[in-house]
Amino acid sequence: MEPVAQVVRDSPSTGEPLLKLRGVEKHFGPVQALYNVDLDLYAGQITALCGDNGAGKSVLTKCIAGIYQVDHGEFLWEGHPVHIHTPRDSAKLGIETVYQDLALADNLDIVQNMFLGRERLRNGLLNEDDMERAASQTLATLRVTTVRSIRQPVASLSGGQRQSVAVAKAVMWNSKLVMLDEPTAALGVVQTKMVLDLVRRLRDRGLAVMMISHNLNDVFEVADRIAVLYLGRMVVQDRTSAFDRQSVVEYMTTGGFRQAQGGNGEAKHGSS
Amino acid sequence: MARVEAPESLPDPTAAPEAAIVEVPPELVAQSLGEWFRAWLARVRAGQSGVLPVIVGLLLISIVFTAISPSHLYLSAGNLVNLFQQSAVFMVLAMAETFALLLGEIDLSVGYVGATGGVIAVQLAQPVTAKWPWWGAIIAAVLVCGMVGALWGTLITRLRLSSLIVTLAGGLIFNGVLLIVLAVGPFSGYPSLTGNNPNLQVLYKLMWGTIDPTISWIAMAVIVGALGFLLWFTDNHRRRSGLVAPPVSLTLLKIALIAIVAIAVVAICSINRANIGTLVGVPWVIPIVLAVLAVWTVLLQRTRFGRYVYAIGGNREAARRAGIKVGTVVTWCFVLCSFTAGIGGLLYASYLGGMSNNVNGGQLVLYAIAAAVIGGTSLFGGRGKVLHGVLGGLVIGGIYNGMYLLSIDVQWQFIVTGLVLLVAVTIDALSRRGATSGSTARV
Repeated sequence: MEPVAQVVRDSPSTGEPLLKLRGVEKHFGPVQALYNVDLDLYAGQITALCGDNGAGKSVLTKCIAGIYQVDHGEFLWEGHPVHIHTPRDSAKLGIETVYQDLALADNLDIVQNMFLGRERLRNGLLNEDDMERAASQTLATLRVTTVRSIRQPVASLSGGQRQSVAVAKAVMWNSKLVMLDEPTAALGVVQTKMVLDLVRRLRDRGLAVMMISHNLNDVFEVADRIAVLYLGRMVVQDRTSAFDRQSVVEYMTTGGFRQAQGGNGEAKHGSS
Repeated sequence: MARVEAPESLPDPTAAPEAAIVEVPPELVAQSLGEWFRAWLARVRAGQSGVLPVIVGLLLISIVFTAISPSHLYLSAGNLVNLFQQSAVFMVLAMAETFALLLGEIDLSVGYVGATGGVIAVQLAQPVTAKWPWWGAIIAAVLVCGMVGALWGTLITRLRLSSLIVTLAGGLIFNGVLLIVLAVGPFSGYPSLTGNNPNLQVLYKLMWGTIDPTISWIAMAVIVGALGFLLWFTDNHRRRSGLVAPPVSLTLLKIALIAIVAIAVVAICSINRANIGTLVGVPWVIPIVLAVLAVWTVLLQRTRFGRYVYAIGGNREAARRAGIKVGTVVTWCFVLCSFTAGIGGLLYASYLGGMSNNVNGGQLVLYAIAAAVIGGTSLFGGRGKVLHGVLGGLVIGGIYNGMYLLSIDVQWQFIVTGLVLLVAVTIDALSRRGATSGSTARV
């Protein structure tokens, strides 16, 4: 299926996207959640996925993460067609997701959480030294330096620190694409800044980042590209410089944009 | 868009609020013993006290009962060994229950399932009927118990039934099974372990056999030496590699404490505790309980399986998303719970010198849960250790023993044990509340 009507303007320097979605459709019973969605995610760029409640942001994320299987559509990973049926498939490609509810175990410490499910062993027993070293290295490269001890239980961390640990956990595994679901929801101003700095560092490390966010301040602060979903359709995706706040809001709420902005923000509905 | 360069060092803007600092175990941040002690005091004040309440409780019980027991009998060598033997069944059943409690589940069947294991072993070893060797009887007993646990685990995970109801029903069923197995053979419902048959003797000695004092001292020295060396080597290695490690003085203090407790236990057991003749040596049951404690501690603290148990107890959804096969781990926990209960049942049969229909498995399981919780294991999952079961078992056995010495009626023993349990769950709930208020802005 060709993306007939979607506006996809790539800056010439970005080259081939890391992950290319073409014509993705998903329905749950009679409810169509995604109509013919195209999406390009580039390495070394932060793509903000915007949309009102029920626009299909979470469904799209879960399709990429392998939690849902798409009904139709093509996934191209580094230019090659791939099939993602299970979370394991997406993890194997190097896709990690940081969910809104973080999925950390409060009673375990930072190292234990970061290695949960992928513990390193020596002689059949947990290799704590190795794991602690690797975890502290990852935290150091991401400059997550505010925790008192890497061995403190996650329950004793602040919201921003917890989010940082969840993100660090996602990037430990040589991941290439990190998807963040509302990473700054419920965080204060300072903590939001800390998490956004962390997101920038992921980009600077050359990862592709997809960030779902309602918060346009955050979006305009960090995103290189913005993609807007409206009622299951991808209505526009472009460089951030092509948008202003008002146009994004209008795309999110009406699916279109009436004031022409030098052609930059002009978009049509995705066909279905 | 404006790219804000991250400052080289953030001025700790998101440091956890003051209340949360006390949740960090002191050995993680302290550089010296003094610092450790201050951090530890702060934690105790905030209700995060680890095994402290149960140790204080044990000391209090010892002081009170020594003061009021006839001719201060409570702390005599004979009574202390007796106390340990009385507590051993509670300890092992509490260690069994820990596997269920760590998941946030509960197993109400450990009393009757364990007792059924005990009666199976006693019946199989009878020289006039089954004629099994002692080891065969023991293996059969614990395997049957383990399979019962597999059944509970399967019902709970595959059919998503509540563990409370499944094991409540299971406890009732095995009360009946126990009576049926008891009635087998020509023993009028009372298969006994007395007699000169070597297989019966071994089962009897699980609780009542003693180890020669010389061998006890040598074995103790070897075990404490190995444990001390391991502790020292591990902590030292971590300190040198720049990993999180306790201060040197704390490591030494731990080793010293282990050595003191071990020497005290062997010394007490080496005193003649018989009224007439000699009765000395460490009872077999002490190394048996310690072996169960050691193996389950390694399993829960040092293996992947143990890590998954804690993860499931802390956040089941997080565990599932991390790719942990939650159903399999939960099922294995119920297997291990019932298996350990089988060991407790063997000790119980040995303690009674046989089995009879007087076994009150309903009360045993309540004492087992009480012991685990008194020791510091949370009923809400994710927090606790098998060691807590041993300490809590000592508290319950200590109260039972002390009141028995004073010839106080059994109704008061129930009331006092109940009050101690109330105190323990209050501490658990308060420390949980502390933990929740500690992390603000939890997403």
